[in-house]
Amino acid sequence: MTIKRTIGEKLFDSLNVLLMVLLIIITLYPLWHVLNASLSDSNRLMAHSGLLLLPDGFNLDSYKLVLSNPSILSGYRNTLVIVVLGTALNLLFTILGAYTLSRKSFMLRNPIMLAIVFTMFFNGGIIPTYLLINNTLHLGNNLLALIVPGLVSSYNLIIMRTAFQGISESLLESARIDGAGEMRILWRIVVPLSMPVIAVMILFYGVGHWNSWFSAILYIRDRDLYPLQLVLREILIQNSTDSMTTSAAMGDKEAIGESVKYATVIVATLPILFIYPFLQKYFVKGVMIGAIKE
Amino acid sequence: MTRKLSLVWLNYKQNKVIYWMALPVVLYFLVFKYLPMYGAVIAFKEYTVGKGIWGSEWVGLQHFQDFFQSYYFWRVLKNTLILSFYQLLFGFPAPILLALLLNELRHEMFKRTVQTVSYIPHFISLVVICGMVVDFSSRDGLFNSIITFFGGESSALLSEPGNFRTIYTASSIWQELGFSTIIYLAALSGINPELYDASMVDGASRLRRVWHITLPGIIPMIVILLILRIGGLMEIGFEKVILLYNPNVYDTADVISTFVYRKGISESAEFSYTTAVGLFQSLVNFILLIGANRLSKAVSDNKLF
Repeated sequence: MTIKRTIGEKLFDSLNVLLMVLLIIITLYPLWHVLNASLSDSNRLMAHSGLLLLPDGFNLDSYKLVLSNPSILSGYRNTLVIVVLGTALNLLFTILGAYTLSRKSFMLRNPIMLAIVFTMFFNGGIIPTYLLINNTLHLGNNLLALIVPGLVSSYNLIIMRTAFQGISESLLESARIDGAGEMRILWRIVVPLSMPVIAVMILFYGVGHWNSWFSAILYIRDRDLYPLQLVLREILIQNSTDSMTTSAAMGDKEAIGESVKYATVIVATLPILFIYPFLQKYFVKGVMIGAIKE
Repeated sequence: MTRKLSLVWLNYKQNKVIYWMALPVVLYFLVFKYLPMYGAVIAFKEYTVGKGIWGSEWVGLQHFQDFFQSYYFWRVLKNTLILSFYQLLFGFPAPILLALLLNELRHEMFKRTVQTVSYIPHFISLVVICGMVVDFSSRDGLFNSIITFFGGESSALLSEPGNFRTIYTASSIWQELGFSTIIYLAALSGINPELYDASMVDGASRLRRVWHITLPGIIPMIVILLILRIGGLMEIGFEKVILLYNPNVYDTADVISTFVYRKGISESAEFSYTTAVGLFQSLVNFILLIGANRLSKAVSDNKLF
């Protein structure tokens, strides 16, 4: 059914489109700017001011510096270990928790669930947590300190439990009659049936590990163990590009430092932006599942 | 009580495997969530690492009093509340507005493009985002060249206390605006289309349809998210503050959590004192959450729990 639009409505529609185009520009331009700056000649970049619509003097030198920097490389390696190992353990724990807490035959499921939800709204604070991990468990300066304290996210646990509860009870019952144990039911029936939500969990946990930096500040002291984000913080926020520009003359240092920063941003962000189109729909799905109220 | 216990015991014997499967998760929550809550008693003690939690002496509310009387109390409390309030005032309605505007777009492809683009910043790490903000705010950075283009004067934007809140809030909106709309768009897609058809037959204008159908359709979602936001009012995203601030702007940027981090871990190790400060923050949060939930239950029938 179409109804003729009034002049006011047409005006609104055009304004709306204009606003959205503006939103696209504001969202994308900073990223475009960084990309162009990273590809620019460092000396010309220094002299340049204002918007960069294209690279100013095409030059890949800063990328060479960034990609040969040992901190960046070890950062990538550490982050990879954390993402893979961390996400695998996250999944294992979350699946076990979600499955047991979705079983009606488990008498303690409600009190345990309540105790878990409570931790979403109240916690001991960063100091007691820090003392526990650093002084009591002695996980300081160990990549495990970045994985173990975050094994299960209550939010993700609830999402997965809701998904598991949606699996028909009679299906599980018939498996039980056929003599399947709980472990078998979980891994052979429940998990394969829940692949979409598990994919969402992999994304949530994986991206979480990839982006995380604060716990590394708290617990990691050896530079060799720094995850990528901590290396990035040094370069981008604390402005220490010295390690990469040592060979340059004093005056050039500043200029090269600038373009190195931009190249670092690109090198650190590209992997995510590449897989982004594939991730997107899963994230949207995850947010929607999370929005379901019980 | 014993009857209940024997019931659980019976239940355990019938479902042994389930109990054992639940054990790792239960242990995780006990050790990493509940043990720190117990550890928070050091807020009432004079904790030293050597003596441990048990061995340290009780000092009652001494640390809380010290905090309330210190110069920092008002500064960090004020900054925490103002920064959160800014986020609430500008950051909260922004995705709702965007969702409503997106919903009015006629061209499906265009709508999808806007959405896809607006999600992108969400996927970029906080460190990189803040790195960009710091760089753009520098004296010869992007923001300044825009400011000077319009006749303004360039300055080191992030060294001025007056700018911190604006930069913090604006960059947060830039990063999360698109992604936060997802949940509202999901709620919008759940609205019965017959309502729109019926209203059109009745001759309702588009504005009236937004007002009487679209908005009421997402109100429950808005209220739930608002309660959650209020419950987290004291817990401003302090990781971002740490990345963006510097001693020049502590006047407006230092919040409770960053204060706790500095005095407790990074600069000095006043464990008991900072635990007390952190506990104060958690407590106020919890009270706000329950208050917001009560209020919402009373006025709108929407509640979180």
